[in-house]
Amino acid sequence: MKSTTILKGGRVIDPANGVDGVHDVVIVDGRIERVGASKGEAPKGAEAPKGAEVIDVAGKIVCPGFIDIHVHLREPGFEYKETVASGTRAAAAGGFTAVACMANTQPVNDNRSITDYILAKARSEGVVHVYPIGAVSRGLEGKVLSEMAELAEAGCVAFSDDGRCVMDANLYRRAMEYTLPFGTPVISHAEDCTLAHGGSMHEGVVSTELGIPAQPAAAEDVMVARDILLAEMTGAHVHIAHLSTATAVRLVREAKARGVRVTAEVTPHHLVLTDEAVRSFDSNTKMNPPLRGKRDAEAVLEGLVDGTIDCIATDHAPHATSEKEGEFDHAAFGVVGLETAVSVLLDKLVRPGSVALPTLVARLSADPARLLNLPGGSLTPGAAADVTVLDLDARVKVDPRQFKSKSRNTPFAGWELVGAPVMTIVGGTVVTPWQQ
Amino acid sequence: MAWTRKDLLTMRDLDAAEITLLVDTAASLEEIASREIKKVPALRGKTVVNLFYENSTRTRTSFEIAGKWLSADVINFSASGSSAAKGESFIDTAKNIEAMSPDVVVVRHSSAGASEILARQMRCSIVNAGDGCHEHPTQALLDLLTIREKKGHFEGLQAAIVGDIAHSRVARSNIHAMRKLGMTVTVAGPPTLIPPFVGELGVKVSHRLEDAIRDVDVIMMLRLQQERMTGGLIPSLREYSRYWGLTLDRLAAHARPDVLIMHPGPVNRGVELSPEVADGPYSVILEQVSKGVAVRMAVLVLLAGSKAAQA
Repeated sequence: MKSTTILKGGRVIDPANGVDGVHDVVIVDGRIERVGASKGEAPKGAEAPKGAEVIDVAGKIVCPGFIDIHVHLREPGFEYKETVASGTRAAAAGGFTAVACMANTQPVNDNRSITDYILAKARSEGVVHVYPIGAVSRGLEGKVLSEMAELAEAGCVAFSDDGRCVMDANLYRRAMEYTLPFGTPVISHAEDCTLAHGGSMHEGVVSTELGIPAQPAAAEDVMVARDILLAEMTGAHVHIAHLSTATAVRLVREAKARGVRVTAEVTPHHLVLTDEAVRSFDSNTKMNPPLRGKRDAEAVLEGLVDGTIDCIATDHAPHATSEKEGEFDHAAFGVVGLETAVSVLLDKLVRPGSVALPTLVARLSADPARLLNLPGGSLTPGAAADVTVLDLDARVKVDPRQFKSKSRNTPFAGWELVGAPVMTIVGGTVVTPWQQ
Repeated sequence: MAWTRKDLLTMRDLDAAEITLLVDTAASLEEIASREIKKVPALRGKTVVNLFYENSTRTRTSFEIAGKWLSADVINFSASGSSAAKGESFIDTAKNIEAMSPDVVVVRHSSAGASEILARQMRCSIVNAGDGCHEHPTQALLDLLTIREKKGHFEGLQAAIVGDIAHSRVARSNIHAMRKLGMTVTVAGPPTLIPPFVGELGVKVSHRLEDAIRDVDVIMMLRLQQERMTGGLIPSLREYSRYWGLTLDRLAAHARPDVLIMHPGPVNRGVELSPEVADGPYSVILEQVSKGVAVRMAVLVLLAGSKAAQA
């Protein structure tokens, strides 16, 4: 017997299909059956078979499942920070139905056995789709290419040494060329580490006052410029991870205008926080790239709206409390983001009118799917029924103790926000049930 | 006015009235140094822990003498190397010390913000005795006490701070304090040693020693750390000294006859200061050190005293 679920009477925003209106979403056997006009009454005979589960989502927003293409699941190797099980539960709680996970595990995901392991863990313990990203270089050492053909065959959807920058321009050029036939982008952690010089925060007037060793915006900019030029030369698709500076936005905008295959993502924290937050010396404001100046935050927001920046990704980077408390310059870089992203974005960007809701939905669903050639990102009939339901009026207070993630390192603790993901459906299965 | 803060962390936090209260209190305690019996009972029964993660002779000794003259029990806790090297985390160490019920913890640490982190974690008073390149408030206070004694006031005075501004907590604390008290501040050094956007803190920037010291009332020379060369910030000590060393000739040619020469120590003789200048008539370097004890007594009295008042 077929299993049918109907999400009834919500505002459906499906950017890939140009849908924005009140519709019913009919899910049959884990796939989208149809998105149809809602008359406010029970669908008729064939469309609503007996036993169909009808979920009233009137007043809510029904979106294609959100996809976060920049997550650190930490498994294998750093299971005390996060696992596939905990990380995917954090994703589901935050409204994400799919994540792409970075290669800086231990051992590094630079060979097929690690990719297979991650995918096996995802099948047995995960609750959302997991797409591994393979390492560009063996051991993330920036010296020798990893076995990227086999990694792609095993299921890696992109390649990145994220966490480290590939400083050897020749190796990076070869990585771009070598992966061309696979259609997988190379994801650049753009940071000239000689210029960044180990700085713990953004170089600006705040770092000058605080006396914290800092890295200039130019450390990111020069590498974005290099990678754009390499992409132009090779014809490869380079995706700039966690783009954070005004100059990098301009570089990507100009490169796109002349047809270079460059795309970019921005994190929620770079959209809504600046280096002013570091004045607390709270190491939950420490990440790489660092929180930038006000002008940078304004520029990345503008880039997100005009499409220069293609999508939002959290750079979810779990760390144990012992790695984050204590001295600022000794603390690990990175913050968790899966469980706060959507509420932060709805409250800080959509509510004030800085970003239109359909744009935000696109940047979290259709756009990331397009960048990494992932299934999902739409409510097209026949697609896996990955759905995120939002309540724009839900009031939440960020309480790290309630996180599904194993880690608590968020800069948003205690924030009171309006708007939240309230239901997450993966392949027709309700993973995060109605929350309120 | 009364002191109301639990901690002394930065000069940036303080307003002019609070700074003046600290300086006035220090001035009133100065005479203890000249007594035959250097002991007053102000902090009898109080415990002061000097928690020093960085080597320091002058500051630690100064706090220790200040505490002892005030009859406090003073304990020195020197963590050699970083907290990580010792195997116990900074926070764990703090919690362990807290468990022994100190009244004041004086902390020196190589990381900016270390005293802020302790102040959040601990109920007792925290005194920042220097945190990385951030602040060193008691140094600024002793500089101010010295300046006021020599010049009689602050308003309208001009100071030049010369040298490695980028890595100087002394410069940062003095910039904030001097500006709040109505002084004009110029920072000077080669551009690689001047932190970016420092002008936004309300100071002038000069890249020429002769210009920086002209007509100022106070010249504060900073120590040049040897490791700045390996960091690629300056080519050589020789070249630095040639263009940035304060010599008698330069003083005579460009500075006012009543200028004060200050230095937080320890001095690299022959690098930033020629020996004749360090020991010369303009120099108040040793008076700064003496006043350091009075300033630290004032800080301990105000912090430990304010708590007694609440009890």
